[in-house]
Amino acid sequence: MKYVLLIAEEEGIRNQWSEEEQQADMARWFAYTEDLRSSGALVDGQALHDSTTATTVRVEGGDTLTTDGPFAETKEIINGYYLIDVDDLDAAISWAAKLPTLGAVEVRPVLEFDMPEA
Amino acid sequence: MTEEPRRSPLGEALGAHRRLAETFREEHARVLSVLVTQLRDFELAEDALGDAMAAAAERWPVDGMPREPAGWLLAVARRRAIDRIRRAGTERRRAPLLVVPVAEEPAPGEPAEIPDERLRLLFTACHPALPREAQVAMTLRVVGGLTTGEIARAFLVSEPTMGQRISRAKRKIRDAGIPYAVPEGDELAPRLAAVRAVVYLIFNEGHTASTGARLQRVELQDEAIRLAALLNERLDDDIENAGLLALLLLTAARSPARWRAGRPVPLAEQDRGRWDRDRITRGLALVDDALAGGVAGPYLLQAAIAAEHARATSYDATDWGRIIRWYDLLIGGSGDPVLRLNRAIARMEGGDLRAALADIDALADQLDQFSHFHAARAEVLTRLEHHAPARSALTTAIELTGNAPLRRELARRRAALR
Repeated sequence: MKYVLLIAEEEGIRNQWSEEEQQADMARWFAYTEDLRSSGALVDGQALHDSTTATTVRVEGGDTLTTDGPFAETKEIINGYYLIDVDDLDAAISWAAKLPTLGAVEVRPVLEFDMPEA
Repeated sequence: MTEEPRRSPLGEALGAHRRLAETFREEHARVLSVLVTQLRDFELAEDALGDAMAAAAERWPVDGMPREPAGWLLAVARRRAIDRIRRAGTERRRAPLLVVPVAEEPAPGEPAEIPDERLRLLFTACHPALPREAQVAMTLRVVGGLTTGEIARAFLVSEPTMGQRISRAKRKIRDAGIPYAVPEGDELAPRLAAVRAVVYLIFNEGHTASTGARLQRVELQDEAIRLAALLNERLDDDIENAGLLALLLLTAARSPARWRAGRPVPLAEQDRGRWDRDRITRGLALVDDALAGGVAGPYLLQAAIAAEHARATSYDATDWGRIIRWYDLLIGGSGDPVLRLNRAIARMEGGDLRAALADIDALADQLDQFSHFHAARAEVLTRLEHHAPARSALTTAIELTGNAPLRRELARRRAALR
């Protein structure tokens, strides 16, 4: 089954860190990604720019409403994700628990549609 | 003139119906657990088993009961499940299920090999990704075989509400890919603790039989004991499982003496002759074995306390010193205020009234809103012959409980303080 691990962290939580601390943090993420890849579970995964770069698009009554910023004002924002393919929720939870994140991880199963055969 | 009692056709039909109902009750969880682990879909498994039971209700009274009712039900249910998959046109997605060979109806006399998958089902139903109420409901539904209506009545919610809770849980199990598995390694201990908590919760719902349909709640208590026995039988290297089972047995053993004429009877006044000796014997043996087997956890320590009460021939013969020592182990570093209150009550019963009052008063900040705290305080004040403060503590206790029989009991105690 495919799951998305949505990583939600407090914005700018690493801003006060020293260069060495930030590099050590990056190393943890690279190591995690490599573990995921070598287990065969990794489908995709990306870090996102901070929420000041976000644009929220909403279509209401045919009008496209474009606003600056993320769709909800919260302390924690989604700043990255992994798409993984594993056996079941427990496997997804154990990968989520190993993430070197300082925030929370939302684990969501991917809704897979039955596509008509070509 | 005596007449040979003749069995009426109606009587025979009712007898057959009862036998059917009993068989369904006994085999439901075992057959369902196998179906669910094979089909990986609760709804499909339950529907297919429903089909098989309907077929059994038609065929068995005519053809006679099969030698292996569970094997018969499983074989028919699997064929019906495959029919349902074909009808829904979802074979492609479920193709792997279709290649599992479908057992033919077992030949007469041939024992059907039905593995007991109930433990897997119990862990699935108690998965931490489900909300607690859903864990309880699913456990009773799929492992206990209770109907949605029975569970709704036991928990005093409407049947549609309980139905929604159960179907939401089933959907989440399917869509989120909650595994049908007993976790292994580091995962087992925390998940097992959650399973025990659910079983204990079911038991308590049955034990505090003060409102609603009383009978239903005794059934919950018995169901919790069955689940605890299943855990202890299948995961017997964890002594907390033995502790939980012992605690439930020893507590349930007192049930027949807990109520008299609609009012709760305190432990001190219970007729010990009415305690269930079989359950006490089983419980005590479990406690002794488990305590010899390693470091005791909270359920086993509570069972050890219950065992002291069960061993005492009368209330006055209770070994309060040993009970206080078990409480010390149980409280440990946690300082749980309810446990500390119970320890203070044990000190009071041991005759250490002033120390008990000091212990109780030290808990006022944390337990001020609990009726039981004020009732205990009133009791120790009564024994110290401080009648006026005892009366006012009872008044507070009465205000804080919504339980009608308990209110009457507290009012009776207050009226006696003249």
